[in-house]
Amino acid sequence: MDRWKRITAAQRTLPDEAVPVVLAAQGSHGPVVHAVNLAGVGRGIMVGARVVDVQAIHPDLHVEQADPEGDQALLARLAHWARRWCPWTVAERDGILMDVRGSAHLFGGEAQMVRDMHNRFAMQGLRTRLALAPTRGAAQMLARFGAQGVICGLEDLGAKLAPLSVAALRLPGDTVRLLDRLGLKTIGALEGVPRVGLMRRFSGVAETVNPLVLLDRALGRSADPLDAPPDAQVMLARVRMAEPVIDPLPWVEELAEGLAAQLARAELGARRLRLTIYRVDGEWRWRDVATASASRDPAHFVRLVTRKLDGIDPGFGFDLMTLEAMRTEPLALHQDRLDGGRAAGADVAALLDRLAAKLGPTKVTWAAWIESHKPERVEARMPALVGAVQGAPEMLGARPLRLFDPPEEVVVLYAVPEGPPARFSWRRVVFLMARFEGPERIAPEWWRDRSGTRLRDYYKVEVTDGRRFWLFRDGIVGDARGGDPRWFVHGVFG
Amino acid sequence: MNDSSLGQVVRLDNARGVADVPAPDVAQAVLKDALSARPFDAAVTAFVLSCLPRSKAPVLWVQDRASRLENGRVYGPALKGVTLLRVEVSHARDVLWAMEEGAACADLSAVVGEVHGAPPVLDFTATKRLAMRSEASGVPVWLIRSGTVEGLSAARERWRIGSLPSEMHPYNAAAPGAPVWEAELFRARGRSPGIWAVRHEGREDRLRFLSRFGDGPLEADHSRAAHAAG
Repeated sequence: MDRWKRITAAQRTLPDEAVPVVLAAQGSHGPVVHAVNLAGVGRGIMVGARVVDVQAIHPDLHVEQADPEGDQALLARLAHWARRWCPWTVAERDGILMDVRGSAHLFGGEAQMVRDMHNRFAMQGLRTRLALAPTRGAAQMLARFGAQGVICGLEDLGAKLAPLSVAALRLPGDTVRLLDRLGLKTIGALEGVPRVGLMRRFSGVAETVNPLVLLDRALGRSADPLDAPPDAQVMLARVRMAEPVIDPLPWVEELAEGLAAQLARAELGARRLRLTIYRVDGEWRWRDVATASASRDPAHFVRLVTRKLDGIDPGFGFDLMTLEAMRTEPLALHQDRLDGGRAAGADVAALLDRLAAKLGPTKVTWAAWIESHKPERVEARMPALVGAVQGAPEMLGARPLRLFDPPEEVVVLYAVPEGPPARFSWRRVVFLMARFEGPERIAPEWWRDRSGTRLRDYYKVEVTDGRRFWLFRDGIVGDARGGDPRWFVHGVFG
Repeated sequence: MNDSSLGQVVRLDNARGVADVPAPDVAQAVLKDALSARPFDAAVTAFVLSCLPRSKAPVLWVQDRASRLENGRVYGPALKGVTLLRVEVSHARDVLWAMEEGAACADLSAVVGEVHGAPPVLDFTATKRLAMRSEASGVPVWLIRSGTVEGLSAARERWRIGSLPSEMHPYNAAAPGAPVWEAELFRARGRSPGIWAVRHEGREDRLRFLSRFGDGPLEADHSRAAHAAG
């Protein structure tokens, strides 16, 4: 909800605070409420209710589309950001877990730390519900169902948890309903039941939804460690100057070597690089370059980056310059060849990078083959950075070395009943036919072409001075698809 | 006597009454210009393609917009065993830049650039840079030029290629047969110019140079040793 507020506030006016706003997600029977704002909570709108029902009760309801993937991405980023308090943090489905064991004293005690967390999230416009407890399960339960900012020690763990509803254990709906029906509405009641009975009742249930197992974990009777993802590695080389300089060129090589060494240690290759200069006036400027395949060749980095340096504005000079690998891919250490030479193709990939970086990715292409009757459709062009080389198909008839696309019409000066025109003019030059071969008939593709498309009869025509053209007649006389057939030059033979 | 690679001699079966003709070393890794004798004649393209080294490595083929409109695109299905890495740009300046980048890349089998007309950027300096890059990396570089060609060029060899009436078709007298080209080497370093009729022999996949005039060799020996002795 807070994320939606911040994103929306940047683009348009938010609805009034008193208006209930819900974020709707797609449910199995139409949209359901995914999140509610404070006004909505005050009116008793529940998460999980159907949007149409809520709209019927509250006609002034404001409905927006929820974005669960975006929420997850934000949570994952926040979890990494939260490592400012402790080294072990995990993003969950709707929260962040932190193992703050041993790090609270750095912030002046547990109460101080919880206050600090609340304030710092509030600075980002995010409301939080915090709880600190000796076990992971207890913290989760207290954060969602307990008082705001509650701090629970080991000795009052049972007392704090006892009044909470069994739903706090994050059980599935039918289990909660079953426990409800058994009269076990609170954690305290559940704990009061003999273990053997519960164990027998829930013996077939998976560990993650078994109330007994979850309860044991929450109360610290069984271990429940946190599995924190590793920190993202930042591949960054920096160079500091003793005094501000204007020209970045002499430092690029040092940067590239530093970055390449870091990448080699981590067995990674860079796909996207960013060169940043930090100017003395507090501004910074950067340039991005991409590579066709993962690379950690410092000479290649230098060539890529120096080409981009022209457009970078150094202002009154800069005193710090960094080269960062923005996107990396695994690239194992390997020896290219036993004699120390470079592997074939490595230079071509580097060349592709340079060409595509300067001319644009769509200008550099490999051929891609399409099964088609039409000669101009057989060969397509595929950006070289994404595609791979494909072998050419076998052609039945003779094909010209150069193709005009689209075909160019010729003016027939002297037609003969059979075969190509004896005299024709093309591009204001008159040609006299000497010899010809053909026709090769190419039919339209009925599954693709429009109904008016005519068949083509291709001729290989040699004119008197030896030039050979690939002429075709568009249609035949009397095919009832337009008037007299016209003639076109489609290519030239070598 | 023939210690130079330029003086190699091709023995011909004397089918047309032609004597021995020195065959130019067309696969040498230097910058070469190929000019078209007539407009929209694909003989230049065919000659250049058959001069490229036979290898699996790709050929960088750079074309500017004017030559694309004037001469069309190279049609992939007609090429056998040549992998093209196409670069299509609008200005001759970018053609030269891409060719220079390609000429420095030893993993390419060749670099071919096409420029129509005589743009100001294609001057002696630009061709000289290309020639030096090509000789340093060992990648043959061809510059195909069409339209009016003026100005100086630092190309080590300059060819002018045109079509000749093709050979007899083996089965059909009314049909064109195997192509024959007229190749004129009008400027060359380290060898003397000449005019040949060139055929591509498909079975052996090589070029055969015949004397254009059926009256014997243009010159007896082209090797440097012979020049020094003379």
